Amino acid sequence: MSSAAQGVAIGGVVSAAVALGSGMTSLPAISRPPVVLRGAAAHAGHMLRDDARAFPPPTPAGRTRVAIVGGGVAGLSAAWRCKKRGVKDVVLLELDSGLGGNARSGANAISAFPWGAHYLPLPGNDAIYVREFLEDIGVITDVDDQGRPFYEETALCSAPQERLLIHGRWQDGIVPRLGETPEDQRQFREFGKLMAQYRGAKGADGRPAFTIPVDLSSNDPEFRALDHVSVAVWLDARGFTSPYLRWYVAYACKDDFGTTLADTSAWAGIHYFASRGGDAANAETGSVLTWPEGNGHLVRKLTERAAGSTRVGVVVYDVEEDEDGSVRIDYLDVKEHRTYRLLADAVVFAAPRYVAKRVIGAYRRTKPDFFDKFTYAPWVVANLSLSGLGPSRHTRFRPDYRFAWDNVSFTSPTLGYINATHQSLSAKGSETVLTHYQALVEGDSLALRRKAYETSAEEWRDQILTDMTRMHPGIDEHVDAVDLWVWGHGMIRPTPGFLSSPALAQARAPVGKIFFAHSDLSGVSIFEEAQYRGVVAADGAIATLGSV
Amino acid sequence: MQVALLFSVFFIAVCGLVYELVSSALASYLLGDSITQFSTVIGAYLFAMGIGSWLSTYVTRNLLGFFIQVEILIAIVGGTSAALLFTLFEHVNSFRFLLYGTVGVIGILVGLEIPIVMRILKDRYPFKDLVARVFTFDYIGALGASLLFPLVLVPRLGLVRTSFFFGIVNVCVALWTLFLFRREVPWARSMRAVAVAVLALLVTGFALSERIMAFSEDSVYPDDVVFSRTSPYQRLVLTRGGNDLRLFINGNLQFSSRDEYRYHESLVHVGLAAAPRRQKVLILGGGDGLAAREALKYPDVESITLVDLDPMMTRIFRTHAPLVELNGDALRDDRVKVINADAFTWLNETKGAYDFVIIDFPDPSSYSLGKLYTTTFYQRLSAHLAPDGAFVVQSTSPIAARHSFWCIVETIEASGFKTTPYHAYVPSFGEWGFVLASRRAVDATVGTAHYPSGLRFLKASGLAALLEFPPDMARLDTEVNKLNNQALVRYFDEEWSEYVR
Repeated sequence: MSSAAQGVAIGGVVSAAVALGSGMTSLPAISRPPVVLRGAAAHAGHMLRDDARAFPPPTPAGRTRVAIVGGGVAGLSAAWRCKKRGVKDVVLLELDSGLGGNARSGANAISAFPWGAHYLPLPGNDAIYVREFLEDIGVITDVDDQGRPFYEETALCSAPQERLLIHGRWQDGIVPRLGETPEDQRQFREFGKLMAQYRGAKGADGRPAFTIPVDLSSNDPEFRALDHVSVAVWLDARGFTSPYLRWYVAYACKDDFGTTLADTSAWAGIHYFASRGGDAANAETGSVLTWPEGNGHLVRKLTERAAGSTRVGVVVYDVEEDEDGSVRIDYLDVKEHRTYRLLADAVVFAAPRYVAKRVIGAYRRTKPDFFDKFTYAPWVVANLSLSGLGPSRHTRFRPDYRFAWDNVSFTSPTLGYINATHQSLSAKGSETVLTHYQALVEGDSLALRRKAYETSAEEWRDQILTDMTRMHPGIDEHVDAVDLWVWGHGMIRPTPGFLSSPALAQARAPVGKIFFAHSDLSGVSIFEEAQYRGVVAADGAIATLGSV
Repeated sequence: MQVALLFSVFFIAVCGLVYELVSSALASYLLGDSITQFSTVIGAYLFAMGIGSWLSTYVTRNLLGFFIQVEILIAIVGGTSAALLFTLFEHVNSFRFLLYGTVGVIGILVGLEIPIVMRILKDRYPFKDLVARVFTFDYIGALGASLLFPLVLVPRLGLVRTSFFFGIVNVCVALWTLFLFRREVPWARSMRAVAVAVLALLVTGFALSERIMAFSEDSVYPDDVVFSRTSPYQRLVLTRGGNDLRLFINGNLQFSSRDEYRYHESLVHVGLAAAPRRQKVLILGGGDGLAAREALKYPDVESITLVDLDPMMTRIFRTHAPLVELNGDALRDDRVKVINADAFTWLNETKGAYDFVIIDFPDPSSYSLGKLYTTTFYQRLSAHLAPDGAFVVQSTSPIAARHSFWCIVETIEASGFKTTPYHAYVPSFGEWGFVLASRRAVDATVGTAHYPSGLRFLKASGLAALLEFPPDMARLDTEVNKLNNQALVRYFDEEWSEYVR
């Protein structure tokens, strides 16, 4: 009796439950998850811009052999290099409350997550310092008989690495494939062939045409001339008209440079495609290394291996070489609101150019005009905490979405999002943190920066949730909190002509015992360049010390 | 007024019988074996009514007031009984105690009603008419209830709302009686207030019972869903069809109590019986305790460490009678230590070597599960394996998902182990595969001498058939499953979507 009767009973319950459920989902979403704006250091930084000279006279804070200004990847790499070369007496000063610069990361109860840079492509043969560092921290575990490194498997990006939402469907990989025409295919093949040629090309000086670090690339005018045209012009000239190909190249420029096709130097654009792809013994060429906290992982490892001591939350407002040959560094401790003077035998100045312009005494006096050439793209990064992703009945958002690591929408102006728990070995799947990225690229970079700061956190949140909901209808119901970081100067922009401009060469030149290090001196905002600049500047500083 | 009271006997009878039927139906729904459930619930109920009737002798004054109070009490207990039993089923250790307790209380209260009504009416009718009329209404009510229950109530309202509905009827009877006899009953106002509050409670319960019991997935399963819970990690659904208990995780069948012994005997004994030592056993996954049940059959197994992600899973298999019966109370055995943790993380964070490891993870149907079948995982596992230790991996179906099965074999071999693949037929699953692995090749035939007695499937002379792969399941070339290719999940997806089409 029971089972037949209940069979019918259940039918009744189901239809009623469905009615109730549909009633609930049709309600407008009134409540929005709370949003917290991070990235408060911009305020401290702006003290420099407003009136730095109004600070009280500094009290002496001792002496060091090497002072490093800036605790991003360049500054930390300089400290790493100092340690390697046996220079222990090092002080690193950082404006922000934490180290890492654009590679900073955060964490909550669910996962660690990046605030900016979140991956490292497998290094090529010229990126010797990257390889050395990866060996130091055990990410490269061994080398096979062909010299290809073995990478620690949990650091290699797990499959599936990337996917693209196009024509309402998710496809594997970011290169658009769904709905491509034979002409699109032909142009992709053509483009690939061309990039492969550039990858193998060598200049008249015997150097590779395109390599990382940028500095070691050939100076042969045949290739460097490409810097004077934009990617857009270059694509036009080569007959690359395929909307799919152009979308793909535009995505790459936006993602790596914060620029549109028209604002990107063709040399930089080609460099993106022709310089990457280190080999590995246990991964495919083109793989990337990543961690839940993104490059925050590398920052932590650099910090552990940095020489000397670190002071965070300090605004360096004056760096000047004295007549006696020592460099004085005046800084404000933001929390104490007291100023200090540190004396150093040499300085690695690893802060960006717009800071150097106001802080380096010599620059304030001579007012060089190269600073105007340095332009930066603003970025808005949001970490969305999601819960309730496990199997459940009352949700439109099905749990079988299967996030890839990098998830991009063909139609969205944003860069999409990455999944912070992608590398997790846990089988728990009900919570995650998604890091949503957007570079503001359309228009004048100053106006965009103003817009980035003036837009309220709530407006950014709503825009980001709208973007996410277009990719996953109903996902907003799972977002419990949004943490936002607005990077006013997110990335140096390799605009046409910039990389070959005298400005860049002048900005790289040391001022007495002050050596400059920052990825903006490479014109490309990536870990490898920041590290390279840090190492080179540290070597310059150490050379002035005489005996170590 | 007399007629009104007699008419209330009709409603009382309907309500009383409905509670009895709801409890019986609910018990057979949750516990199975409907003959036993109906029989014992009705028996307990009638016996409790007898107690109620006997207790009525102690009521001497204010009969009308007492009658109304009893009505209100029945409304509360009876009206909420189904919702209460359903909700508490997953949380209490002894469901039967709760069931018969509830049935007993309702029975006693219903048993009080008729004698009290008869005594109220005793001066208004001659005795022979009184008895005749009261029982006529009582039996008509009983007929009404027994017809209404299967034909209208259960299909239209379901069990939970039926009981709320009749609670509402009971409290309405109380209110109506209060209204009719408002001058004769002391404390009429306060009783009315209480009755109205109870009415509000039951109406709310009736309206919200969808939320309490949203068994919307019932239609997906062939049998009655007796338990369904969403833990933070997975959705567990237990169904019962006759005496066949089935557990589904996220909609995938984990076992059927009819043939799970075939699966678990094959999973455990082929390797464990052949292991040179068996003192320390590790089970990864297997929160149902069924693999542990098999491993406990060896006297020389000294300890079993069972690591399962989901505390809800191990809890229900420790506390629920039908499930405890199935796993022989393995999870509360002194030799078994249950740890709720993520297997991969746990391997990374702990030390200790085991003689035999039983890996009973869900199939690699998602990327997070696929990671538990990678070279990285088996390398981590290796650190926990005694030098001559072995492990066995449940490896999906070699016939439905042939590439998936051999990909697991390939991956274990690429991680530095020698493998012994085998398979067994489990009717509710089909042909199922397992991979036994060790640093040196294991000869499974040496184990046949050590099979515990009383096995229902595995026997010494049957082993050869398990180790033999006919051409349609024979090995083929596959990729090695790694974190950065997730080859297995792709095979598994393609093959199962092909198979279940």
